[in-house]
Amino acid sequence: MLHRESGVFKTSYAADMALYPLPIARWTVAAIIVLLAVVLPLSLHEYYLSILNLSLIAVVGALGLNILVGYTGQISVGHAAFMSVGAYTAANLAVHLHLPFWVTLPAGGLMAAFIGALVGIPSLRIKGLYLAIATLAGQLIIEWIINHTPAISGGAQASIEVPRPTLWGYQLKTQGQLYYFLLFFAVLATLATLNIVRSRIGRAFVAIRDQDIAAEIIGINIFRYKLLSFAISSFYAGVCGVLYTYYFGIANYEAFQIGVSIDYLAMIIIGGLGSVLGSIFGAIFVTMLPIAIRLVMEPLAGMFFSSGELSSIVASTRLVLFGCLIIFFLVVEPEGLNRLWRNIRNYFRVWPFSY
Amino acid sequence: MWDEIQFGFALAVSGLSIGLMYSLIALGFVLVYKATDAINFAQGEFVMLAGFVAALVLAVKGMPVIGAVVAALAVMILFSFGLERVVLRPLLGRPVVAVIMATIGLGAILRGLPPITVGGETRALSLPIGDTPISIWTASLPPIQILGVIVTLTFLGLFTWFFLKSRMGVAMRAVADNQQVAMAMGINVERYFALAWAMAGTVSALGGVIWGSMLGVDVHLALVGLKVFPVVILGGLDSVLGAVIGGLIIGLVESLAAGYLDPYVGGGTKDFAPYVVMIIALMFKPYGMFGTHRIERV
Repeated sequence: MLHRESGVFKTSYAADMALYPLPIARWTVAAIIVLLAVVLPLSLHEYYLSILNLSLIAVVGALGLNILVGYTGQISVGHAAFMSVGAYTAANLAVHLHLPFWVTLPAGGLMAAFIGALVGIPSLRIKGLYLAIATLAGQLIIEWIINHTPAISGGAQASIEVPRPTLWGYQLKTQGQLYYFLLFFAVLATLATLNIVRSRIGRAFVAIRDQDIAAEIIGINIFRYKLLSFAISSFYAGVCGVLYTYYFGIANYEAFQIGVSIDYLAMIIIGGLGSVLGSIFGAIFVTMLPIAIRLVMEPLAGMFFSSGELSSIVASTRLVLFGCLIIFFLVVEPEGLNRLWRNIRNYFRVWPFSY
Repeated sequence: MWDEIQFGFALAVSGLSIGLMYSLIALGFVLVYKATDAINFAQGEFVMLAGFVAALVLAVKGMPVIGAVVAALAVMILFSFGLERVVLRPLLGRPVVAVIMATIGLGAILRGLPPITVGGETRALSLPIGDTPISIWTASLPPIQILGVIVTLTFLGLFTWFFLKSRMGVAMRAVADNQQVAMAMGINVERYFALAWAMAGTVSALGGVIWGSMLGVDVHLALVGLKVFPVVILGGLDSVLGAVIGGLIIGLVESLAAGYLDPYVGGGTKDFAPYVVMIIALMFKPYGMFGTHRIERV
């Protein structure tokens, strides 16, 4: 990860496939674990920890979307709707049946996976633009159904309050406790994705992305793998929605509108399509962006506009910056932050003797 | 029974006229897709931008309406040119996802800019055509919708003539059909790309003026763009006639759904029904009613 090897000296397949190519890689991973599990939660202020928590939730969603868009090449503009499916499933189970989170979380994910596979059915016949519009339709239809069915949405406000998750009879309330809760799932999602994409399933996904007709000819069951991709991706989205619900203590459809779908697409494009590390970078970057804008804008608030306008100005600036970043990365660096990171690493690989 | 028929007629007429106004915006999408294969997810934002330009120019004292329309036209045509040069040309040959995301990003920029630069409040864009509704039997249409219908039909006629009869139109059809062969025949492909974008800018500008004066100009005007997709999918992505017929069907469906279903389900079917129709259409006719079938080869 952070080490610099001086060449390739592998003499066996076992060495080539090893998870830790050099002993130092083991230490890097250990250092990252210590940083995430001990240093950050103990040293950061509550507010910064809450930002980190939001990033962790976004990581789960971005990884899922990247499996679908980055690895399988099927675009989805309706991912926020799958999140809302997960969120409302878990909220209803938690409130009406008093189920603990370790039941509602997979239940929300599975429900989202089912709905996601359903929305993914058109992908068997159509692709590209048509699929984008079909998933957009999925987003609008799911949103409308949730909003107009009191049995799902819990009445006029279309929001359900959910108690915070409890573990061994102990309720997780503070940001620090929630941090560990969310970190567990973010790490789990990352490891799962890393393993999916290098398994048989992941290879099939990549083959479909590169040319689906060719993939079919070499014996990949397109029907199964396209729907599987939608299902896996939506499962992640559902889990992400459930995490949002538990984190905020409320399931509300307004948190899962079309703008959120586009935020997640922005994450994986800015981070890098078809890359696990890129999804993580993108999720963190996009979550931090509005906070950074607010930090910059607040001192200017008195000069150019009243502080009452601040929130709308921040929202608009965020939109503009978002758009600029998406276009910038698409035109200039299609592989995103992940590529920038690799460039930096490659530069330092032989530094300071680069010739 | 008689009441039912009268009610249905009123709904149908208003639906059809709104539908034609959707067609006007959808034409912009179809023209660009037909000629350049680029997908414009920011069509609604184009309309919004045109509305803002027209409203801002009209707010200048003593400015005639025609000035605002000309300004909107000029800005939209220049803007479309620039967009093609700066954003879409570097993306030529890249996956569809890239083009879609680039235009989504552009849409985000366009939606974010007005509140920062000129203020986000709703502006009126009043055209001197009065607002006494015109009745046709039980249906009553505001004059702005009549104007929208006239403009759409005019453009449909113009574009039909252009594509079928004029030299440039035939050249553009050649470009749409096969860019390399068109180039070999001595057609300046880049010039026709620019022309297609200029035409899209023109219909967006007029769409912006008409929709803006009907709904008021603010950021939400861009939501009209969401109706473009059902229209073009239903009609076929690269068919001018398809955009008009798709618009009529979507307008009708929307109006009838709002009239008959809303009382039972508590509102909102207007935004929902067109997409249901679209999904069904996608299942049975993935290339729409008049769209070209594409055969993919490995």
